[in-house]
Amino acid sequence: MGELAIETRGLKKSFGKTHAVAGVDLAVSAGGVYGVLGPNGAGKTTAIRMLATLLRPDAGEAQVLGYDVVRDARAVRSRVGLTGQFASVDEDLTGVENLLLLARLRGYSRRRGRERAADLLDAFGLAEAADRQVKKYSGGMRRRIDIAASLVVTPELIFLDEPTTGLDPRNRNQVWEIVRGMVAEGATVLLTTQYLDEADQLADRIAVIDHGKVIAEGSSGELKASVGAGSLHVRLRAPEQRAEAERVLAGVLEVPAEPSADPAALSARISDPERVARSLAELSRSGIDVTEFALGQPSLDEVFLALTGHDAEETPEEDAA
Amino acid sequence: MNATSAEQASAPVTEDALRTVLLAGERPSRPGPVLTSLTFGWRALLKIKHVPEQLVDVTMFPIMFTLMFTYLFGGALAGSTQEYLQFLLPGILVQANVMITMNTGITLNTDIQKGVFDRFRSLPVWRPSPLVGALLGDLVRYSIGSTIVITLGLVLGFRQEGGAVGVVLSVVLLLVFSFCLSWLWTMLSLILRTPNSVAGVSMTVMFPLTFVSNIFVDPKTMPGWLQAVIEVNPITHLATVVRGLMHGSVPAGEIGWVLVSSVLLVAVFGPITMVLYRNKK
Repeated sequence: MGELAIETRGLKKSFGKTHAVAGVDLAVSAGGVYGVLGPNGAGKTTAIRMLATLLRPDAGEAQVLGYDVVRDARAVRSRVGLTGQFASVDEDLTGVENLLLLARLRGYSRRRGRERAADLLDAFGLAEAADRQVKKYSGGMRRRIDIAASLVVTPELIFLDEPTTGLDPRNRNQVWEIVRGMVAEGATVLLTTQYLDEADQLADRIAVIDHGKVIAEGSSGELKASVGAGSLHVRLRAPEQRAEAERVLAGVLEVPAEPSADPAALSARISDPERVARSLAELSRSGIDVTEFALGQPSLDEVFLALTGHDAEETPEEDAA
Repeated sequence: MNATSAEQASAPVTEDALRTVLLAGERPSRPGPVLTSLTFGWRALLKIKHVPEQLVDVTMFPIMFTLMFTYLFGGALAGSTQEYLQFLLPGILVQANVMITMNTGITLNTDIQKGVFDRFRSLPVWRPSPLVGALLGDLVRYSIGSTIVITLGLVLGFRQEGGAVGVVLSVVLLLVFSFCLSWLWTMLSLILRTPNSVAGVSMTVMFPLTFVSNIFVDPKTMPGWLQAVIEVNPITHLATVVRGLMHGSVPAGEIGWVLVSSVLLVAVFGPITMVLYRNKK
């Protein structure tokens, strides 16, 4: 784990007046999933495009697998795989033609290229769609062929730019399984996402990026811990008692309790877990029936809000990509 | 989406199969520039196979232009349609090829929009090969266009005094020139943002380039300044050469001009294209 797959210092890129990436320092260990989390327009795609040698940095340095992305661009290109909103496949061609094309470009013979394409299609559950044009694929199949295309020569490092954006939960889970499978075989995956639960689920370490800068870095647990001990979520039998419950909880926990979207539920951020038991006892004593309660670590949503002062879903500027 | 749900349901990504493909990854040696360019050319042919309607510009347009100009203007310009066809056909062959080159830029710009261009740029291959490959694929399109124009001409009564050799030489020269001119369109497609704007700007360049030449009429009756413009237009020289070859003379000096302008086109627009390609956002 000591070896670094990616190291950047002061990486910058501007488009006109937009500072898409405004000085990013990253240190990504080899092996595992590194998540880059941020809203639309935060600079995630621009950063990944620089790391994948598609975009020349204005300033700063970046090393990928020990090679400089500007000076040794070709060495980087032969060792990384790229999948995302950008690096895509040819929609007019069939699945097998796309993979064979890439296999030939990477030096496979025609025969070995065909075998490799067939193996990849099998592994990604696309064997039946092999001879169909990619434009006729469903969203999930499309994403799988995109990923397969970046594995024609097994890369040491895979960039996945928002791999599950726009996918339904079933297909999203499949992409997650693929990512876990790749990591199990020793690959390093750098994944950008605007979904907090995706980073939480997959990433060993997460960089939170906003307005082109890394504003926090750590494991999901560390990020959550930096925000506080977590929250107490309570659901009442009678929604009309919520106002009273709010008062009781606030009294014991000494922090404000907030109503949730569910009319019978409320939650409170807690600083001292010891008070939780007392607060629940107090509710019961006041004749307020609790049907459910849960003590959770703060969600990454809350982390993001605490770090940036705005929601993760907010789009503060146009997408700089 | 269009895919059947049954197919989706039966498409679990199996961990074992995934492991196999990841571990089975061989690292073949890097292919050379010729092979990668030809492979990109193969892609262009596959696209013709899957989207044959893209051949409309190399089939319908040349037929339309030949018929329209011959029968609309032939009588007025040359006394008879037959006479005019003798003059026009070599010219229309040039015009057809030059028009077809525009497609290069539009195709490349579409690739950029779709993202497949980024995939190619991220590959460890000789950098110009995606562009060279696309242009090699276009040679097939020029050949189809030329064959159609020449066949139609013969059917309408065109007599090529230069024989088959003259015709073949003309086509070869046209392919060379078209390949070189295409670098102008590749450059435009890397500067402009949408395929539509590429088409628009290309047309704006293309119309004066082909019409302000000796393709359709002999420039003798035109004002002096216009004749001067026509004289420096490389299309004029190309049309003169093709006309000469098809009618049995070998205008060596003019052939030299065409080759020089071909080399100049690549020497100027080739490097600009590659710089833009390398620094594309």
